[in-house]
Amino acid sequence: MTHGGQHDIDPQFTTLPLRALADAAMQQAADLGAGHADFRAGQIRSQQIGLSDGNLETLFDAGDIGLAVRVVVNGTWGFAAAVDLTPDAAAQAAREAVEVARVAAAMNTERIELAPEPAHGDATWVSAYDVDPFDVSAADKAALLADWSRRLLARDGVDHVDAHLLQVKECKFYADGATTATQQRVRLHPALTAVAVQKDGRFETMRTLAPPAGRGYEYLNGTGWDFQTELEQIPVLLAEKLAAPTVRPGRYDLVIDPSNLWLTIHESIGHATELDRALGYEAAYAGTSFATPDKLGTLQYGSPHMRVTGDRTAEHGLATVGYDDEGVAGQSWDLITGGVLSGYQLDRRMAALVGLGRSNGCAFADSPGHMPLQRMANVSLQPADGGPSTSELIGGVEDGIFIAGDKSWSIDMQRYNFQFTGQRFYKITGGRLAGQLRDVAYQATTTDFWNAMEAVGGPQTYVLGGAFNCGKGQPGQVAPVSHGAPSVLMRGIRILNTAEEAA
Amino acid sequence: MRQRPQDIVEQALSVATCDDCVVIADETSTANLRWAGNTLTTNGVARSRRLTVIAIDRREGGAAAGVVSRSGVRDHEVETVVRAAEKEAADGSPAEDAGPLVEEPGAGPFGMDVSGRPGWDDPPDSTGIGVLGGFAGQLGDTLRAAAAGGRKLYGYAEHELTSTFLGTSAGLRLRHDQPTGKVELNAKSDDLTRSAWAGEATRDFADVDVAALDRGLAERLEWARRRVDLPAGRYETLLPPTATADLLTYLYWSAGAKDALDGRTVFSKPGGGTRVGESLTGLPVTLRSDPSFPGLACAPFVIAHASGRDSSVFDNGLPLAPTDWIRHGELAALTQTRYSARLSGLPVTPAIDNLIFETDDPGAPGLAEMIARTGRGLLLTCLWYIREVDPQTLLLTGLTRDGVYLVENGEVTGAVNNFRFNESPVGMLSRLAEVGASVPALPREWGDYFGRVAMPPVRVEGFNMSSVSQAS
Repeated sequence: MTHGGQHDIDPQFTTLPLRALADAAMQQAADLGAGHADFRAGQIRSQQIGLSDGNLETLFDAGDIGLAVRVVVNGTWGFAAAVDLTPDAAAQAAREAVEVARVAAAMNTERIELAPEPAHGDATWVSAYDVDPFDVSAADKAALLADWSRRLLARDGVDHVDAHLLQVKECKFYADGATTATQQRVRLHPALTAVAVQKDGRFETMRTLAPPAGRGYEYLNGTGWDFQTELEQIPVLLAEKLAAPTVRPGRYDLVIDPSNLWLTIHESIGHATELDRALGYEAAYAGTSFATPDKLGTLQYGSPHMRVTGDRTAEHGLATVGYDDEGVAGQSWDLITGGVLSGYQLDRRMAALVGLGRSNGCAFADSPGHMPLQRMANVSLQPADGGPSTSELIGGVEDGIFIAGDKSWSIDMQRYNFQFTGQRFYKITGGRLAGQLRDVAYQATTTDFWNAMEAVGGPQTYVLGGAFNCGKGQPGQVAPVSHGAPSVLMRGIRILNTAEEAA
Repeated sequence: MRQRPQDIVEQALSVATCDDCVVIADETSTANLRWAGNTLTTNGVARSRRLTVIAIDRREGGAAAGVVSRSGVRDHEVETVVRAAEKEAADGSPAEDAGPLVEEPGAGPFGMDVSGRPGWDDPPDSTGIGVLGGFAGQLGDTLRAAAAGGRKLYGYAEHELTSTFLGTSAGLRLRHDQPTGKVELNAKSDDLTRSAWAGEATRDFADVDVAALDRGLAERLEWARRRVDLPAGRYETLLPPTATADLLTYLYWSAGAKDALDGRTVFSKPGGGTRVGESLTGLPVTLRSDPSFPGLACAPFVIAHASGRDSSVFDNGLPLAPTDWIRHGELAALTQTRYSARLSGLPVTPAIDNLIFETDDPGAPGLAEMIARTGRGLLLTCLWYIREVDPQTLLLTGLTRDGVYLVENGEVTGAVNNFRFNESPVGMLSRLAEVGASVPALPREWGDYFGRVAMPPVRVEGFNMSSVSQAS
């Protein structure tokens, strides 16, 4: 079966002897008594371009390639990775994985079992994009960023401009005897930040709100985001922020733009509904979750307007795949329905452990050198059918604040207490925006916050935000993930003044 | 049969036709074990090798650098990587940090002592699951003991070894072997309502006593049997070395000269320039790095795979000398590339991969003594999820984690709820009431990236606990 985008998978990857490597590893693992074995090969290209005030600061072009063998021997995991793509190296990795499982058995008291997944045969999947960013020369990309930087620098009140473009092309091959999946994804993240410095030493910044996207280079040329308009506005927004009054701390009604809300969703819902966290498997590092399985179907997570889905299928989503790193097909499901906790993100081991049936396909490893973990799906707050626009939401606030763009974020290890800032904050007076404020942070407890959500914006307000760098696990892994959000109206949220906090 | 990394460096340099060339070959091996709820969860071993070629195209008025870095390069692909880097350099726009290559070992301001270290021609060092063999046996016993004692243990042990070979067309041949290891242990009561944590950095696991770590955590879980609820507010607070380390590591990462010169950090001087020379605290404290610090040794020369705000590929091989960042309470240096040093007119003081914070007071107390002299205050275990809120003041936010204890009249009298804090490490320096004796520590938050530190316990006046966290 072949589906997904229109492009062929990079021939540099597909001409590798992937099937021969898989056969060598799987045969060796079976010979040594492994009850389960899977094989993964990956090739990840990334390129980082950074400019400071229009001058080239960073140009780094990286490529990672390797293979991994994961086994279950007598109910214990074993994992090994290698960088030589030869059948001998694949068989050697299988031997090492089995040896690791035998060393580890002394400490294992839980028998590893995997939820069954239908066989998908020999499958191919490619993400949706037009122009492979690695087909565009680094010089051309740097020239575009330099042009944008200089346009910003030429404007009054802009003292410095940072420009960054990160691009990734990920090719993966997976085989477990039932499913063989060959896949390719492309993603990029352009970001520009303008800085203004006053003579008295005070400074402010204003960053583009363009989210990272599972798109190609067309994203910089008007497909999916209007950079021209955004670049035109940045200097004006920055000057307003520098001149803005500082916020008076207290409780306010908030209208939150999707460019800010995606990160609050990520931290307070995305991580809280990972079943491995909820069961304590990340307790020593990333943490656990207040949303434990005993509360499934009863926990009033938020107001009845709240429906949150997990998916690995949204077009241009950063967590979107054809098949996950355990051969499970991409799916979409509910996590919160009518404000009540209704589901979790799963991998095959977690699904089997609690008897939730089939995995919903959230296994991911960020490189061939790492073991797959349950990682985040695209977790999105669904808009209200026929719901209000952002300005209609603002119209329902007498004295409040409108927040756009993400900046600082932090949440506790059980996902209760969080604090976020943003790129810009507007005072709302009598249902209208009344100029920017500065030094704003909002702080709340997750369920208090989402239960204070009075209204959810309509589909016209919905934007897919996200991040390249969600961290989890030991050894640490990073995963890209998207979060769709509409604008929302929250009542009575605590606002801090960050200048006073530092005093 | 693959070539040795040294030979790959020579091969790449010999086929390069660009004006200048820097080649870095990294050979890395790792082994890890992870456990949760008294049972092993994941584990693994991995080996990787990475070739990074930095091609430099010199031209009228400057130079462009092309950097291509690839893992798993086969011998016949080395030339392809060199050509790709050369093309990026030839097509590229001038690098703002362009400069000459570093000439000869020891030609910088400070000579290098490489005696006792493996030479260029010796094989790369490596690690494997065997390094954790003794530890694994001990851990198995400790997990069983914990289960019998009504505790659940969670944690992680990792050992990594990277051998780096750096060669340049200017004739440099430098090599560094870096062992990095850590163990983290988290104990919870069976009902998960009480939690305690300990972590250690180690170079070889020979010095790790996991049973002793577990005993220490068992004591802390007992402390937590009495629960005291306290509201948000400013408290006299004892930070243990791991917490001091997390806050000062972030200060160190924020001490780039380029950003300070641009007027956009806490170390910028209003109106222009930097705050180097200003007093940050009245106490005689020093924040410093030293590549040869006993037990925390790190690379004695610059290894820069990419240029960035605080690093320059042109500086590769530059000798690193012991550097004071804060001396006797005064800001003494910022992290520099040769480029930012030209702009700032300050000495070339590149970042170094370890950090030591200490008081000049020879009679500095240990944490137990500081607890004993506390009338009423909070004792923290560690900090977590630390993020920058405002670069102007370097305001950071984050959480207390795995044990906040109330100290009254010199004794721990119970466990307090967790807090979200909002504090600036720079502002905190001016509110230090006491600085204890420095010891090796593992920063809980940043230890994945930065684990070679020696830090003191400190007493802070009015530490800003901004709100209560329900997390336990």
